[in-house]
Amino acid sequence: MATSDLKPKDPELERRIDSATGEFRVIAPGQTFLSVTEKISRIVLTPHTPLGWFALFGLGGAVATVLLVAVLWLFLAGVGIWGITQPVAWGFAIINFVWWIGIGHAGTLISAILLLFKQGWRNSINRFAEAMTIFAVVCAGMFPLIHIGRPWLGYWLLPYPNTMTVWPQFRSPLLWDVFAVSTYATISVVFWYIGMVPDFGTMRDRSTSKLAQYAYGMISLGWRGSVRHWARYETASLLLAGLATPLVLSVHTVISFDFAVAVLPGWHTTIFPPYFVAGAIYSGFAMVLTLAIPLRKFYHLEALVTERHIDNMGKVMLATGFIVAYGYGMEVFMAWYSASHWEFFMMWNRMFGPMGWSYGVLILCNLAIPLTTLWSRRLRTSIPFMFLISIVVNTGMWFERFVIVVTSLYRDFLPSSWGTYRATKWDYMTYVGTLGLFTALFLLFVRFLPMIPMSEIRTMLPGAKIKAKTTAEAGD
Amino acid sequence: MPPREGIYGLLAEFETPGELVRAARQARLDGWRRLDCYSPYPLEEAAEAIGFHRNKVPLLTLIGGLMGLAAMFGLETWVSTLAYPLNIAGRPTYSWPAFIIPAYEWTILFAGLSAAFGMLALNGLPSLYHPLFNAPNFRDGATTDKFFLCLEALDPKFDIVAAKAYLESFAPVLVVEVEY
Repeated sequence: MATSDLKPKDPELERRIDSATGEFRVIAPGQTFLSVTEKISRIVLTPHTPLGWFALFGLGGAVATVLLVAVLWLFLAGVGIWGITQPVAWGFAIINFVWWIGIGHAGTLISAILLLFKQGWRNSINRFAEAMTIFAVVCAGMFPLIHIGRPWLGYWLLPYPNTMTVWPQFRSPLLWDVFAVSTYATISVVFWYIGMVPDFGTMRDRSTSKLAQYAYGMISLGWRGSVRHWARYETASLLLAGLATPLVLSVHTVISFDFAVAVLPGWHTTIFPPYFVAGAIYSGFAMVLTLAIPLRKFYHLEALVTERHIDNMGKVMLATGFIVAYGYGMEVFMAWYSASHWEFFMMWNRMFGPMGWSYGVLILCNLAIPLTTLWSRRLRTSIPFMFLISIVVNTGMWFERFVIVVTSLYRDFLPSSWGTYRATKWDYMTYVGTLGLFTALFLLFVRFLPMIPMSEIRTMLPGAKIKAKTTAEAGD
Repeated sequence: MPPREGIYGLLAEFETPGELVRAARQARLDGWRRLDCYSPYPLEEAAEAIGFHRNKVPLLTLIGGLMGLAAMFGLETWVSTLAYPLNIAGRPTYSWPAFIIPAYEWTILFAGLSAAFGMLALNGLPSLYHPLFNAPNFRDGATTDKFFLCLEALDPKFDIVAAKAYLESFAPVLVVEVEY
């Protein structure tokens, strides 16, 4: 290729670049079926758990205990212990709910949408991105449940025949949420599990301890790799991906309806569905980076999760970041163009009111820092920088939800009903606690389940290609 | 019912997917019908080679999806118009645009569950025991890095000596008898 000849020849860089495509290699050269299987299954099957794992799990568990305490006190005392009040009746619970669900969306995007687009590079990261989705949905789903005040009556949200002869009201976006989030959780778990079944077969066959053989044998469902099974399996995977794609777009759309259907300046806007979905993917990719960068370092997976992955995730973040930027711009434009006094005041108040600092943090973390630097390939492939940027974007996206929930609510139509919002220590404990729960669940996942899909990695190795000569001979 | 004792089949082990596909295609051409290939990753060419072109997973998924759609839309309509009609800001009780969203979610839910469990059911999984697991080399390689062709004893052409010689002609690493 002519263009690649013009590039400076750096031997280190040359090694990492695939000459066929001119892109960074998806998998470092020199890997075989056996070597990738060994590398991935050894992490799980080793009897020696790294000390660092125990340290992190201990930390995650300790922080998750904070959540336990916060929720226990909440159940005893009620939601009055939180900072929610009038007019800000939706505080941290809804902010965290939207933030966590959004983080989950990148997992589905990576596993489903990139599968449909035949983006082979996703194969190394899709398993733990899906795991991230599920644990994020676990953290997210908890918030509306504990926010309803009497969580033991949470099943009232579901339509079921009952002695009160009462049924849910299907015209409410809050009920749509119940179906969207429960479907999302179910399909994510099923997709994740089905994706792991062949790998469980590998684990069953490679483990030496009786317990591991029984455990992986049971959950592998007796997978034996028949090509007939594989054919149906591939069809089912593609169909699940095809179903998960509209699902993931619908979930955050429905969540944005919770806001957009309400007649409130700052919420009542048609830009919300696409802008929420893009924001979800933006923060989700940031979270994938936050998890992938330490993991590949800790477990020496640099050959499987390469610069190409980090680079591509940076590009996706750049693209979705700009959709988010468009959303912010459109909100401001519509506040002016609508000529609505309330809309205009809401936007002015959001930017320059007493909570204007949160809008500043949002713009700094979501637009100013990432969207200027992610253009640079050098920075996109700089691991410390990308780790930093992932934290910045996650912070920014949390503030986006804070801005949407709080700054739209705290100064509404009548100045006499204006208030403010101050989160209490229980709010912070619940939020920080879910971070601990997420970390602990994720660490259990990397310890006990194969975090990189071995069967999918095998399809990308040079040995997996059926050589043209052999096929031609057979065709004769 | 297949016989539960004696020989399940003959299993030939190959190092590369190309050799497996070549052998499978030839065996199919030579009239073998009860045969299967085993590989550690999806190998479309091998499925094609043994004449497995279509499967019923898409049909099951479609049926599941339609059932989900009908179930939720029906439930919403029945609840909102007959069982518990509520006047919400004067909107019609049969507010079909609002009903689309839960119905859409249930379409996906039922379709997805049908795809996943339908695939497992069609594959005959879970089946924790299979005669192939008795083959000494099968579990070492079939889920890691080896490729297997199995000629099953139920095939009318199956004769243990002739079949063994036939498999040897493809120059596999090893041919083993698999017992029930």
